[in-house]
Amino acid sequence: MLLIHCPYCDETLPELEFAYAGEAHIARPLDPSAMSDEEWRDFLFIRSNPKGPHFERWRHIHGCARFFNAVRDTVSDRFLMTYKAGEPRPDLSKLEAA
Amino acid sequence: MTRFSAFAVVKNALTGHTGWREQWPDAQPKKEYDVIIVGAGGHGLGAAYYLAKEHGITNVAVIDRGWLGGGNTGRNTTIIRSNYLYDESARLYDHALDLWDGLSQDLNYNVMFSRRGVMMLAHNVHDVQSFQRHVHSNRLNGVDNRWLSAEEAKEFCPPLNIRADARYPVMGAALQMRAGTARHDAVAWGYARTAAARGVDIIQNCPVIAIRRGPDGAVTGVDTARGFIGAKKVAVSAAGHTSVVMESAGVRMPLESFPLQALVSEPIKPVFPCVVMSNTVHAYISQSDKGELVIGSGTDQYTSYSQRGGLPLIEHTVAAICEIFPIFNRMRMLRKWGGTVDVTPDRSAIIGKTPVPNLFVNCGWGTGGFKATPGAAHVLAHTVATGEPHSLNAAFTLDRFRTGRLIDEAAAAAVAH
Repeated sequence: MLLIHCPYCDETLPELEFAYAGEAHIARPLDPSAMSDEEWRDFLFIRSNPKGPHFERWRHIHGCARFFNAVRDTVSDRFLMTYKAGEPRPDLSKLEAA
Repeated sequence: MTRFSAFAVVKNALTGHTGWREQWPDAQPKKEYDVIIVGAGGHGLGAAYYLAKEHGITNVAVIDRGWLGGGNTGRNTTIIRSNYLYDESARLYDHALDLWDGLSQDLNYNVMFSRRGVMMLAHNVHDVQSFQRHVHSNRLNGVDNRWLSAEEAKEFCPPLNIRADARYPVMGAALQMRAGTARHDAVAWGYARTAAARGVDIIQNCPVIAIRRGPDGAVTGVDTARGFIGAKKVAVSAAGHTSVVMESAGVRMPLESFPLQALVSEPIKPVFPCVVMSNTVHAYISQSDKGELVIGSGTDQYTSYSQRGGLPLIEHTVAAICEIFPIFNRMRMLRKWGGTVDVTPDRSAIIGKTPVPNLFVNCGWGTGGFKATPGAAHVLAHTVATGEPHSLNAAFTLDRFRTGRLIDEAAAAAVAH
């Protein structure tokens, strides 16, 4: 079972309290009607699906119910860090060095 | 290749079983091939076999990072069925079911296809309506599927608990009698052996690092752990790793890779006559010929390449099995494992051309690729050999995520399938 740190509650809790919410940092289009089919495809369906560090959203559904972001290695399933929604995407090279 | 027959078994029994030879050679890569298939699972090996058999293309290599059949081909719960809602899916999966019928004879290798029936349980009004819609749609498409009342379901599968006060009440079931199971390892081995006998090279323990493209953008070959191997055409059939391989060719995929788990119990005497699926509670069960209960669960919620999932999911699945089949509540489980499944947004596969010339892809089979093995392999071989899709996989394009012509089995089933 994954142990996940909620950056709002500042507690590390079992996976059962959380809901996965897909890849992080995919911004909603600002001007949807101006988008081409290719841009819609990329926004709706294309995912990076990396083998390694993955930026993803989680929601502390059975706790504070807030969304936050995480960096998790998809090979080991180890969380490198979690951070509040709205914070900038962390620098991977610094994370891996730490 | 020695042909297997009753005569060969008797002859070898009389000579102390010293006459059996290796079933395929451990091939070393040549400099160049007409076709390279990345991924030696059932789909990739099958495609190599049909390329050789039906299209006369034998200068083919199937390359795998591990051992053949060691990915999802050897990790699934071996369920085979074709009762899908949409026309495109029903045709493709029923084509596969037709090929399953004669596969053991075709390959001269016993894949132990057992048409024991797959029964899908309806636990609530929504399930009843959804499954009856499936039954009607299937009948219009000529696909075997029929509706059973709870009592008829119990008669077909006696261990089933249909009491009204059950935790997961059974309100009926959809039954496909043509469906069943097969021995998954034998499928990979049978295709490998027969393809190798026709001249296909099977190269194991050789990870593909990148797909290489020429100045005109077309594929020129693959970089592997054993160096560069040239190819006129490349087909990627790498399941959970498809995103990673395709990324190296500059193609971003509409895929996410999730863990999918299964487990088996200790072996017991024959007690379970069919396959039962409960999509609503994510519990899938059958009994292998060895006697183990083979139990499948749903995908974990997060993406992962770890080939293992979380225990909460297994616990939920086993709890559901014990509720639906109370006779199993003192069974002990022997082992559990996980595979990495590549899931598309509409839960239908992608088989066809890519934006890169001479690069083809077969992926997105998600949680249900095993049942399609012969069909997917057959139409992939056609697509690679002719450069154009077969009529059966013409709708399963990569481009449908741009045009919006999805084959939305995800909405139809409301769960993994």
